[in-house]
Amino acid sequence: MSEQNTYLPYLMTIEKVIKEAPGVKTYRLKFQDEADAEAFEFKAGQFGEYSAFGEGESTFCIASSPTRKGYIECTFRDTGRVTSGLASLEEGSTMGFRGPYGNVFPMEEWKGKNLLFIAGGIALPPMRCVIWNALDLRENFKDITIVYGAKTVNDLVYKSELKEWSDRPDVRMVTTVDPGGENADWKGEIGFVPTVVDKVAPSSENTIAIVCGPPIMIKFTFPVLEKLGFKDDQIYTTLENRMKCGVGKCGRCNVGKLYICKDGPVFNKEELNLIPAEEY
Amino acid sequence: MKKLRDRAAELLSQGVVSLVIGYEEGTKRPRPLFCRNSESAEKLIFDSRCFHNLAVYITKKELVGKERFAVTAPISTLRSIMQLYVENQLSEEKLLVLTVDLSGELREFTTFDEIAAYVAQFELKRGEREQGILSKIEAMDRAERWKFWMEEMSHCFKCYACRSACPLCYCSKCVVEVNRPQWINPWPAPLANMEWHINRAMHMVGRCTACGACGDACPVGIPIDLITRKMMEDMAPEFGYVPGQPAKQGNALSSWKLDDREQFIR
Amino acid sequence: METKYISQSGIEQWFNAIVISGKRVFAPVNSRGQVDFKLVKKLSEVADEYIQTTQSIKASVYPKAEVLFSYEKVNGKVTLTDFDPESVPETVLWKVHPCDAAGFKPLSAIFNWDTADKLHNAHLVKTSVVSFSCAAADESCFCTSVNGSPGNTAGSDIQLTMLPDGGAIVEILTAKGETLVALMPNVFEADKGEKKEKYLVDLLARFNLEEVNAKLNKAFNSTVWKEQSERCLGCGACAFVCPTCACFDIQEDAHGSKGRRIRCWDACGFAMFTLHTSGHNPREHQSQRWRQRILHKFSYMPERLSVVGCTGCGRCSRACPVDMNILEHITSIAKQ
Repeated sequence: MSEQNTYLPYLMTIEKVIKEAPGVKTYRLKFQDEADAEAFEFKAGQFGEYSAFGEGESTFCIASSPTRKGYIECTFRDTGRVTSGLASLEEGSTMGFRGPYGNVFPMEEWKGKNLLFIAGGIALPPMRCVIWNALDLRENFKDITIVYGAKTVNDLVYKSELKEWSDRPDVRMVTTVDPGGENADWKGEIGFVPTVVDKVAPSSENTIAIVCGPPIMIKFTFPVLEKLGFKDDQIYTTLENRMKCGVGKCGRCNVGKLYICKDGPVFNKEELNLIPAEEY
Repeated sequence: MKKLRDRAAELLSQGVVSLVIGYEEGTKRPRPLFCRNSESAEKLIFDSRCFHNLAVYITKKELVGKERFAVTAPISTLRSIMQLYVENQLSEEKLLVLTVDLSGELREFTTFDEIAAYVAQFELKRGEREQGILSKIEAMDRAERWKFWMEEMSHCFKCYACRSACPLCYCSKCVVEVNRPQWINPWPAPLANMEWHINRAMHMVGRCTACGACGDACPVGIPIDLITRKMMEDMAPEFGYVPGQPAKQGNALSSWKLDDREQFIR
Repeated sequence: METKYISQSGIEQWFNAIVISGKRVFAPVNSRGQVDFKLVKKLSEVADEYIQTTQSIKASVYPKAEVLFSYEKVNGKVTLTDFDPESVPETVLWKVHPCDAAGFKPLSAIFNWDTADKLHNAHLVKTSVVSFSCAAADESCFCTSVNGSPGNTAGSDIQLTMLPDGGAIVEILTAKGETLVALMPNVFEADKGEKKEKYLVDLLARFNLEEVNAKLNKAFNSTVWKEQSERCLGCGACAFVCPTCACFDIQEDAHGSKGRRIRCWDACGFAMFTLHTSGHNPREHQSQRWRQRILHKFSYMPERLSVVGCTGCGRCSRACPVDMNILEHITSIAKQ
């Protein structure tokens, strides 16, 4: 009996390339092997290792929802060797994918609750997965509020989807840009995400808050949520760390006794409090 | 040694320096010691067994802090300190150097010139070990030498102990750590290892003071210090260096003259 | 488990039978001023008087660099060639110390944690370990402090305990061991009743693991990490000679349209180990990296994988350029 080689990627075809923002792209990927496509399953929150053959692998969340079959999507910024290798690929090109890895957002437990999504900048991708998942199963949840902000209007990702969410009567969509990031046509909020959350002041009663963003945004958002009455087990986030193997062997993402790739990347604040803060 | 301990304790208790980097007894031989108070100065030792090149700690800003500090320095460390000085990696005001001369007297230096004058008395010569191995290699032809070093390279596992122990490898981002482009393959394999060591030797030309720290640090016994030492000996007459004296002319790799005999640069 | 006796000439005959069978035999050899595992053909090549080899045997089941798969790009199409387990030859590791054989357990625990590692397992299944118990130790050895001993048989397929007559007590521990014995069964005589313990070095435990574990659980913010790691140079010597260190890097060996993805040894002691592309480095100080090494081996691994990440072989202490003596450091933590 031959074991599977964990490090051997699936071959994927880039079906669609969407330019989200300066340096940021979304790729829609299809499995080249039909059997792989059929068998593939994942849940919101999980991530993968995406290969540019010749450069290496990079870790991104799976940004599409498991409710939408036939493809997966990833959104990434061109910042280093691998991401610039990926960014140079075109529609029809082949890249690699390994996954799904990591734990999941416990959406079963959230049934019947209000959901508050808070995201900043390039951290909307990990949330987009769970947002679409929730919207595709809309009847399972009560009020859904999304607060999303970026540095400038140009830096907002998934622009067409932001509009879709905004147009839906069953979603409260609040978009913001940092002070100075607005343009003449901007009709949304102006202010840092934590400030806007405070302003929107959603009720913490029977609500789950899912927060994702740069460390500084998270640092200032948590106290706001606390002020609004959110308990630690009502707050969820997804962490990022330097990762390579994705399966808890290479040692890079080991923080305290946890491995971000195995015990995470999804954590609630209770669990987060146990991780040595200086190490992630 | 008592004079050294007393002086170190005095410098610390008087606040002249905030740290004395020296040696203490280790498991099998002396090892580096960091004295941040006068009590710990009791552990200081200084004798011919003190091998480590303590100059490697001088460029670690986090370790030495912003205040003045002292180093107890045998000859090899003194040579590296001089080279660091001409490479603008340290300033006279920040460093106080202590050493014990051949007659057992405690010497204290606060300026580069004082160190240079003292070191000038000591000729940089090959020791028995170096002479033994180098004379064998020098008797080999090119093919035999390549074979010798590739055999040694097959043992290297890219732990970078050589680089970490070298006082002159202070680059905040080493050439192997650059991945755009990937100049040197980072995995251990004989040729990839050879690439690394040749590259490092090139970056050491005119700078290496033959302290032997790299060879001593290598956990798999590769006499890696001999490559840089021989490079230093061979290049000295070409570039006007004197082995053991600080190279004020700058990095050989980046020096050039209009009448250089190579044609490709013109 | 069976115990037998083998004479001095029997050992030589059996050794030759193993070599003739076509299996590769790696044994400690004196070379370049060190003792290290090399491919051998004759028993006379095997080193005698030494305490420990410089490197461990982990390279036999976890090579310092190995190809995960190769790829080729032709006309926009990519083909991948997987690692072939059949490419691993049958290997016998001869005269391994118990501390090294014991190292396979923590190593495999990591490589098979939830997801099986095909490459590691392919090597493991083809590797047989003939260990020799220890009659001597030096000041860096501390196997008895970490649930080990000079006669520990964990991880061994056969263990020999040398006797004054040049022969040895033979413990045949596994099916692989039996296969090796079957190569020359007539040299294995009935057990002469010698007691193994008589020929083992007496190594007193230097610290208590439970005590150390308890101290470590409270030590995250202690100043001990900075104090102990001041002289640490941040190289990978300790990690690479260690029989249980498994952290690795994945790199691309690209040559135009062809290439290979390679896994190679890495170390948490390196400054760039946890560096993010953004420039943020969660462990930017050497003291944090030193703490990670100790806590991972003595606290996180026991908690998550139920095995200590250290077998007391002492190699890290011997290999360290600046004498970061792990026994000294752990004992000092135990006394805090």
